[in-house]
Amino acid sequence: MLSAIGAASLEDLFADLPKEVRLNRPLDIASGKSEYEIVDYFRARGDENANGYASFLGAGVYNHYRPVLVDTVVSRGEFLTSYTPYQAEISQGTLTTIFEFQTMICQLTGMEVANASMYDGSTAVPEAAMMAMRLTGKDRVVVARTVHPEYRDVLLAYAQHQGMPVTEFGYDRDRGTLDLDDLEKKIDGQTAAVIIQSPNFFGIVEDSRRAAEIAHRHGALLIFVVAEAVSLGLLEPPRDADIIAGELQSFAIPPSYGGPFAGIIATKEKFMRQLPGRIVGETKDSRGNRAFCLTLATREQHIRREKATSNICTNQALIALMATVFMTVYGKEGLRELAEQNLAKAHYLAGKVPLRFSGPFFNEFVASTNGRTPDQVNQTLLGKKIIGGLALERFYPELDHGVLLCATEMSRREKMDTVAEAFAK
Amino acid sequence: MIRKVRQHINQNEPLLFENSSPGKRGYQLPPLDVPAVDAASVLGAGNARADIEGFPEVSEVEAIRHFTRLSTQNYAIDLGLYPLGSCTMKYNPRVNEQVARIDGLAWAHPYQPESLSQGVMEVMGTLERMLAEITGMDHVTLQPAAGAHGEFTGILLIRALLESRGNPRKKLLIPDSAHGTNPATATMAGYAVDNIKSNARGMVDVEQLARLVDEDVAALMITNPNTLGVFEENITKIAAILHSKGARVYMDGANLNALVGIARPGDFGVDVMHLNLHKTFSTPHGGGGPGSGPVAVKEPLAPFLPKPRLRKSGERWTWNYDPPHSIGRVRAFYGNIGMHIRALAYCMAHGGDGLRNATMDAVLNANYIRKMIEPYYDLPHTAPTMHECVFSDERQAKRGVRTGDIAKRLIDYGFHPYTVSFPLIVHGAMMIEPTETESKAELDLFIDALISIAKEVEETPELVLKAPHHTRTSRVDEVTAARKPIVRWKPPSTASKAAD
Repeated sequence: MLSAIGAASLEDLFADLPKEVRLNRPLDIASGKSEYEIVDYFRARGDENANGYASFLGAGVYNHYRPVLVDTVVSRGEFLTSYTPYQAEISQGTLTTIFEFQTMICQLTGMEVANASMYDGSTAVPEAAMMAMRLTGKDRVVVARTVHPEYRDVLLAYAQHQGMPVTEFGYDRDRGTLDLDDLEKKIDGQTAAVIIQSPNFFGIVEDSRRAAEIAHRHGALLIFVVAEAVSLGLLEPPRDADIIAGELQSFAIPPSYGGPFAGIIATKEKFMRQLPGRIVGETKDSRGNRAFCLTLATREQHIRREKATSNICTNQALIALMATVFMTVYGKEGLRELAEQNLAKAHYLAGKVPLRFSGPFFNEFVASTNGRTPDQVNQTLLGKKIIGGLALERFYPELDHGVLLCATEMSRREKMDTVAEAFAK
Repeated sequence: MIRKVRQHINQNEPLLFENSSPGKRGYQLPPLDVPAVDAASVLGAGNARADIEGFPEVSEVEAIRHFTRLSTQNYAIDLGLYPLGSCTMKYNPRVNEQVARIDGLAWAHPYQPESLSQGVMEVMGTLERMLAEITGMDHVTLQPAAGAHGEFTGILLIRALLESRGNPRKKLLIPDSAHGTNPATATMAGYAVDNIKSNARGMVDVEQLARLVDEDVAALMITNPNTLGVFEENITKIAAILHSKGARVYMDGANLNALVGIARPGDFGVDVMHLNLHKTFSTPHGGGGPGSGPVAVKEPLAPFLPKPRLRKSGERWTWNYDPPHSIGRVRAFYGNIGMHIRALAYCMAHGGDGLRNATMDAVLNANYIRKMIEPYYDLPHTAPTMHECVFSDERQAKRGVRTGDIAKRLIDYGFHPYTVSFPLIVHGAMMIEPTETESKAELDLFIDALISIAKEVEETPELVLKAPHHTRTSRVDEVTAARKPIVRWKPPSTASKAAD
């Protein structure tokens, strides 16, 4: 090959690089390792983590069983090692599964259109807010304090230079639900969107109808955030919402210390042209057969450049495929039964510990440690190879005795009894 | 003769919803070990949903056949060369997939105690250090989820630095050869965009740049090697011009595969850059993600990096959740860790020497293709090629055949097309990036195919214009898809059922 191109050595290929830019030493990275050594290294790292612990952490990342079919499908090289499906004729596999994903997200959320995925729930929220700005021509965003604190942080990072003032409104200190009187005070005629989450960060189911009514009365859109997607197996979708922004980690996506996950944005058909990200549409090929392709690309950065609806390019296709397989395996009956098990387990555990709030909850709730600190309770549990709940003081200083506990279909009764004992002491 | 492929059958496959039958199921849950509760009574009657209308109902075997059949309708790296320019579609090592699934890593919860997360934090810390060494930068954040997300993070960092010095400034300079994500990112970070024209050699025109840089310019966003696969020979001068006016240099690291072990952005004046782990570092593209877009910076930008920051005190890794000057969070938790694990496995397998060899092979492969194709296709920019080369369809266009048609005909020869019509500065662009993982045998098949197509254009242009001919799906009508968007399945209406 070198002689074909008229070069004497591989070094010759770089002869035109300016001398001053060349790296004149080897990279300071140890020499290559064998497959066995690599597997061994990562096993050792895995063993340094919480291996073999039962966990009652939720807070945006949930321990749900991952059906075997999920990794079977996403490990197929045809899905794993393909690019974004620009060339429709040889990408119908990916395109069809995305079309099915978009359809299932609509069925699940009660919305009319959905995109092909966002990075995660936290980035879907500011993307939805930017969408609302474009749709309403207004700029303010009012967000509930019961929305995941890290999602709110991401919203602030995105909003800061886009002329998007963000205001928070509070929660009812007894019920743990939206303080709608506070929302009435904070919302005004310049508000583009009201953002709420349900189940909220405390696990409590919010009243989206009243929030939607207030938002719409002021000409704002309601953005409804879903962080625990399994809840949609049992909870009525928010048909009054205008945009749903959510996280699908619960759908067979491994916790992986926080990512990769997959976010969603779903909305009404009339808002479709303001969606960010990829969208797959149905069409026909030249022989008249049904075919799918990426569509409405004139919203996107590679066509519209600085006028695009978002800068998003690579999204989370393979992770969205995990969720698609999950939704297929569980299906209509299964997702409901799964959600019912979560509800039952969480209510079993909640029945044995002091609850901080009185609002209705799905699979998470805030327990009070009363006389002791959350850290003391969690230390007790760690001694029994159980990771307790999230101490809330870090995000809500006023809840310094609050612990956010989550129970899923993976939570076993005897472990829950052990947790309850630790709270009772 | 088409040496790489011939037609074979594969099965038609309806949509899941069309395959569903009421009551079918592919799952089994263990019996509840706690009392069941009534959803309507604990959630409130108005909050409990009846069912999920239209959701699939299939058996396990139907599910796996569905997805397996669909998979056979995809092209993939595992099936052959995937020469998309700027996408770096290299082989995705399978050991990476396996180690990312190790229980202690895959099931680590982001809020589990630091004392029980040392292994995954060590992985992240080690990768940060390696990426800093490869790029010649001082610090790395792994938080951004993809390249465009990294760009956004990087520009926010520059903005924060300039703001801390009194003036965030108003605009970014972006060459006309740049990826579309660059200008889109500028807008999201609150900057106006000034496009700068490339010179005849496809590079940034230094004199024009010097005239454009003033106190309003926050940064230049530059891709190096640029999207023509050409190293910006004046990069140190370019950086000096920006720095002399107090502006910064942002580098889009999409093309880093051309530089690893050869040259480091941190040594040629770059202040901030992102990397694409799903390009240079072999994490699989997965049909459009997940990616990962770490950002590397020089020391002055370090205080502004996204929170939380990973640090090591003594033998112990910890998270610093409150660095006082941070731009905040660009993503919940700590980033796409599963991709970090894969990228570290890739770096470990190669080692420093192996990474450098990979770059040299990638550049060799691109130069080989360039040399062999050059007699048949127009090469508008003749500057030395690094990891990719860009031809144009100028000769073929005279016969009415465009880059998009040649791309579709390549499919008949068993290859995924190159990147079509990008970069925008080349009319009718054919952008080819073979990567280092392709053998000479595979490259030769690809070269034969392009040469054969060039002859077809002369002799039987119709054959190329109507391609692909051998795929199960023929040319797709994208215009109708956009004009009358159907973006979800709906049950056939009663009316159309009656007509059946």
